[in-house]
Amino acid sequence: MAESALPILILLCFMGGAVAVVLATLRRPAAAWPITMVAIAAAFGFSLRLLATVLDGGAVRHRLGGWAAPIGIELVVDGLGAFVICVVTGIALLVGCYARWAVRREIPERESTFFAMVLVLLLGLSGIVLTGDLFNLYVFFEISSLAAYALIAVGDKRAVVASFRYLVLGTLGASFYLLGIGFLYTLTGTLNMADAATLLPELAANPTLRVSVAMIVTGVGLKMAIFPMQGWLADAYTHASTTTTAIVAPIMTKVSAYTLIRVLGFVYGFDLASGRLPIGTALAWLSAAGIVVGSVMALAQTDVKRMLAYSSVAQVSYIGLGIGLAQPWALVGAVLHVLNHATMKCCLFLVTGTVQLATGGRTLDDYAGLGRRMPWTFGAFTLAALAMIGIPPTGGFFSKWYLTVGALEAGAGGLVVVLVGSGLLTAGYMFRLLERVWARPAPEMVMRPVGAAAIAPIVVLGIAVVVFGVINTWFVTRVIMPSLPGGMGGGVG
Amino acid sequence: MIETLVPRWPYVCTVVLMLVGLYGMLGKQNLVKKLIGLNVFQTAIILFFIVQAYKTGASVPIWDARLGAVADAYVNPIPHGLMLTAIVVSVAITGVALALLIRIHRNFGTLDEPELLDAMKRSP
Repeated sequence: MAESALPILILLCFMGGAVAVVLATLRRPAAAWPITMVAIAAAFGFSLRLLATVLDGGAVRHRLGGWAAPIGIELVVDGLGAFVICVVTGIALLVGCYARWAVRREIPERESTFFAMVLVLLLGLSGIVLTGDLFNLYVFFEISSLAAYALIAVGDKRAVVASFRYLVLGTLGASFYLLGIGFLYTLTGTLNMADAATLLPELAANPTLRVSVAMIVTGVGLKMAIFPMQGWLADAYTHASTTTTAIVAPIMTKVSAYTLIRVLGFVYGFDLASGRLPIGTALAWLSAAGIVVGSVMALAQTDVKRMLAYSSVAQVSYIGLGIGLAQPWALVGAVLHVLNHATMKCCLFLVTGTVQLATGGRTLDDYAGLGRRMPWTFGAFTLAALAMIGIPPTGGFFSKWYLTVGALEAGAGGLVVVLVGSGLLTAGYMFRLLERVWARPAPEMVMRPVGAAAIAPIVVLGIAVVVFGVINTWFVTRVIMPSLPGGMGGGVG
Repeated sequence: MIETLVPRWPYVCTVVLMLVGLYGMLGKQNLVKKLIGLNVFQTAIILFFIVQAYKTGASVPIWDARLGAVADAYVNPIPHGLMLTAIVVSVAITGVALALLIRIHRNFGTLDEPELLDAMKRSP
């Protein structure tokens, strides 16, 4: 495995950026946003470089402090990790462009702490993706969560209560994860992922192994909002400020999903993890339940932001379902959906934020006729909404297509029904909104102006939704398939 | 049953402590008590790690010429190191949680969950 300094450089960008924001704003409060953008842009550049390096020469690693694993902690990045880190930093960059306008409107007096927290959040999330050590992952989990609790609390009056609930459940989830690696450590005496992966197959018969898998899946599932542990998500996303929702919703649950793939696929191996306990099947069916519950709850909402929050529950469950099936095509769909859902959900939440800041409207009826008043914004919104439903050639169609193929190949007919049926439910709540946006007369009201810097990221995301759909085979064949666990990529014909 | 549990009494204790914590988080209505439950739960996990590092008759993991380089003569230092980090994490979380509770009390004037839900319904 080649050595590379790129993983640590990404982490240093965010860490240094957060410290620099706090120090610089002591004298110049206006410096917060430019410093944040420089840090995120540099990290995005390093991430793209990392993806190129990994695609050319395979996985890379960085030994922290020069200590070799398993004594030391190492950062390891394979194709999957490089892909997810690009999604995380890319979304962060676009939301960052938007944030200047929104944060000035919503929370002008707390600008510097807000941006410092965003950088800490990104530090935690990229740490989760980059690390090759199980305990290190726990620490990054908590770093990102602490920043997220603080960010979510900065919202309307109820946001603090939502944040506290999220804190209690999120910490419970992390504690279960910690307990799981405690059992794993008792069993193997190592915390390094690659080292544990080589030691575990000999211990397949040990009951401790099953306990540790169950604990880890429960813990990460809580953070990922897998049914029935999705209760914290809707309130947290609804009451948080615009920028917070736009950055937390697209990437945070996806990074937890990545953790699940990493631990189940690469540390335990899907066969070992599901050997005696049907963890995979349970995960797939709970996710299916999450898809149904999330879609139905979304249909019942009149607040658009809350509707999208429930739809997030459903969409993350698609990823959970793909992981649970542990079938090559389903995993391709799950990983592709990380990218697609991040893109479309970020676009949708940015638009709801813009509408709220420009008109003060939140409910479905407040959106009536807005398409004529904000054509660019709602053009992108429509593309993202079509992708949510899964209409070709948008990205959303292809990830659901791969998931459906995977479910068919695995012989899970019931799951295919859920996948197709939830597409109809999504169409139900999305068309209800799109009809109001485009088919109603434009309202006579004074709107606060929306800056071009706020509209640009929305339009970019709207176009990206279609572009990622058109070029999805590049992602699948070049990035995702070669990095599936245990040579599964070969099983995709 | 009894024969398997008695020699493992430290583990039994951590499980009991964990259940106490879970009960606090799920069964209590006051948000501060929920937080205390969470802390008890985290402490149980910390003790779980420390218990598995324990060896009967072993010394602290600092080099001692009289004991030599015998692994069994020292307790395992890694879980202790890990739990030092976990304690820091848990302190940070408690701090953030208490800050949130102060804000909740300022916004709604109560920390009792049913009263809080009422107050949230009444406020816009």
